[in-house]
Amino acid sequence: MAGLTPAETAAASTAYAEDAIAQRTDEVDPTSRRARHAAEPDDDAARRPTTTIPAPPAESDVPARPRAIGGTGEGGAFPVLAAAAAAVGFTALLFYQLAPLSGALGLVVVGYLSFLVFYTVLVSYENPGPAVRAKVASVIVPSLGFVLLAALVLVVGYVLIRGWESLKHLNFVTQDMSFAGPLDPLTVGGIVHAAIGTLEQIAICLAITIPAGIICAVFLSEFPGTFSRFVRTIVEAMTALPSIVAGLFVYLSYILIWGHWVETHLSERLQWLAPGKSGFAASLALSIMTLPIIVRAADVVLRLVPGHLREASYALGASHWRTVWQVVLPTARSGLATAVILGTARGIGETSPVLLTAGFAASVNLNPFSGPQVSLPLFTFDSVKSPEPSMVARGFGAGAALMLLVLLLFVLARVLGGRGPGNLSKRQLRRRMVASYRDARRFAERSRSRSVVPDSAPAPGGDSEERHV
Amino acid sequence: MVTTTIPGAPAGESADVPRRTTSRIGPSDHAFRLVARAGGAAVLVIMLLVGGFLLYRGWAALQVAGWSFFTTQAWDPDSNNFGVAALLVGTVAIAIVAVSFAVPLATGTALYISEYAPRRFQRTLVSLVDLMAAVPSVVYGLFGFYLLSGKVIYLSKWLSTWLGWIPIFRVVEGGQPVDPRDPLATMSVYSSSTFIAGMIVAMMVTPIMCSVMREVFSQAPVGEREGAYGLGATKWGMIRTVVLPFGRGGMIGGTMLGLGRALGETIAVYMIITPLFEINWHILQNGGISVSALIAQRYSESSDFGLSALMAAGLALFLMTLVINFIASAIIARSRSGAESEA
Repeated sequence: MAGLTPAETAAASTAYAEDAIAQRTDEVDPTSRRARHAAEPDDDAARRPTTTIPAPPAESDVPARPRAIGGTGEGGAFPVLAAAAAAVGFTALLFYQLAPLSGALGLVVVGYLSFLVFYTVLVSYENPGPAVRAKVASVIVPSLGFVLLAALVLVVGYVLIRGWESLKHLNFVTQDMSFAGPLDPLTVGGIVHAAIGTLEQIAICLAITIPAGIICAVFLSEFPGTFSRFVRTIVEAMTALPSIVAGLFVYLSYILIWGHWVETHLSERLQWLAPGKSGFAASLALSIMTLPIIVRAADVVLRLVPGHLREASYALGASHWRTVWQVVLPTARSGLATAVILGTARGIGETSPVLLTAGFAASVNLNPFSGPQVSLPLFTFDSVKSPEPSMVARGFGAGAALMLLVLLLFVLARVLGGRGPGNLSKRQLRRRMVASYRDARRFAERSRSRSVVPDSAPAPGGDSEERHV
Repeated sequence: MVTTTIPGAPAGESADVPRRTTSRIGPSDHAFRLVARAGGAAVLVIMLLVGGFLLYRGWAALQVAGWSFFTTQAWDPDSNNFGVAALLVGTVAIAIVAVSFAVPLATGTALYISEYAPRRFQRTLVSLVDLMAAVPSVVYGLFGFYLLSGKVIYLSKWLSTWLGWIPIFRVVEGGQPVDPRDPLATMSVYSSSTFIAGMIVAMMVTPIMCSVMREVFSQAPVGEREGAYGLGATKWGMIRTVVLPFGRGGMIGGTMLGLGRALGETIAVYMIITPLFEINWHILQNGGISVSALIAQRYSESSDFGLSALMAAGLALFLMTLVINFIASAIIARSRSGAESEA
């Protein structure tokens, strides 16, 4: 009962007493009743077990109310506002008069810490220790959450605002950089080559990872055993592979070693097999990086499919393959879509594997199998290294475009997925109800026609299976 | 007296044997099995190929360098003078700074979402945190390089002024300790430091930690929560005695997952930090290095052996991340989270 104020204790016992009033027959004080029982031992009532009900406390006019469990709202927002005002004053004094400090960040940090101290002191006048701790916690915890969201808004907002400077020019999304040097103004040149590169690379990456990832996840969840456990362990280990190491692997094995082998061993006509730094090499690196992520996420989703759905399908005589294709995968569809889209969002924004494998080009290269092909993150990274302000602005523009692309993918993932298997939206639920209503009517009609004419010509519209039932 | 009669086995008959069940596997199922196994095996082969190649090429460099690979503070593979001492220390220092910012933030946010936030905002908040995990690292790099580092140097100076007696907050330039109170000193010693890189990496790993922790906190059993309230606990008392102990496994596991991601972060670190190939424990001071930033910086100018050496550094990083991830998943799996409790 450490967290209770005296008033709260009284309120609790009042509620108890009010419950008790209904059962009470007389106003006798419990102690005197016990005394009477002791005095008359032969009474029939005395042998029966009795329940002693405590009398209501004298100060029972306190109204019953729910016990306070913490939160700043109780007692009004006054302590919060007062502490905030005190903190502002104290911080201003500290920063401009007593000990001249500098920096906006330091101002905020010192201001917040002093706010906490003032709030604790203010609250501790009226509350016992545990309530003070609860109140201080209910200030600190939301403000930590607020800091994280503020950081997100700051990052997204800053990049979008600085990117707008170049994104507002139409040529930025219709031209490439082949005629624009670093010194040219923003009205010349754009990022269309990088956008094409990003889309092509991620498309090839998805063409590799979606089939491989989903088949592997189906294997992991449908064929449990030592081998699939081993595969799962290795896949989990590979999620730890740093993305730059995936890039280094493709650079060394595909671009250098394989490229050298093709150059020395194969004829002129087969040289396309080793394009060197290219969009395809970049998508290989991205695939190696995203494959374990997608397999792992899809595996988790597939394992959530309820077992009774599977068993119902087997009980109806479906084969293993039919069960997977018509029960397991459709049930997990939204989760699988989310897994793939989140893996894509992760892959699309990765710079480090692309940095080693894609090369750098200033003009549109539609063919991912030949020649260097730049992508949005790589273009951003390369542009902001330049000392020219217009180039930095282009980098921010490309970063903002990339961010918008990721945002779009993310919204898509939320719209498609975000619900567990079997957890339907309103429209899906209505559609399913209409379907089962139709089925029920069909069954009813069929049984009616069968009972009226037991063995006549086949039922109207009936198919071959039901004839020999 | 009531008796139970147990029918004896008829004489002369053998004991019961389980009914033999057979299942016929159609051709489509055979094909399905084949494809699924092939898919699993293909992913396995790709992953083993990457790991094996990394091991094979890295081993070549390790054999040349020997044990000095772990003690040398330089990176000059062509004159056979290279090692990961400074790299690993730099990587770990960045990750530790990141984790020490990220853990309180992630815990607070996870608690806010699961315990304090109004129920109708919860899904939105979860989406926002997931969105933060999907923001590209180059965008964080832009933010860190152009906005944050200019602001953080004042905080760095303030820390070094008041906490400079703690060795890691001291700032040393050319062997001489810098006096932060010197009004003529430039601010440039505080820029491009491990501290700033760690802050940016913290912004990237916080959402990962937060989503693991939130998941575990929201599974804390209702019966125990109500029990705590029934015993008179305040909300914070309930969180401290029920939610946090219940979620301890998830907190540790989530932290280690975030740590694993922080160790491998490349682009943001590369954009912010000034490369320095010696062990630098003064986190507020200009200069530092991480393994992945080194690879991004050196891959193009490296000889064949230089690439092997980079592979060895990558291998060391991979093994470190691998161990941390495995410990993390073991802790998450072993924690009480997910265990049913009567409620």
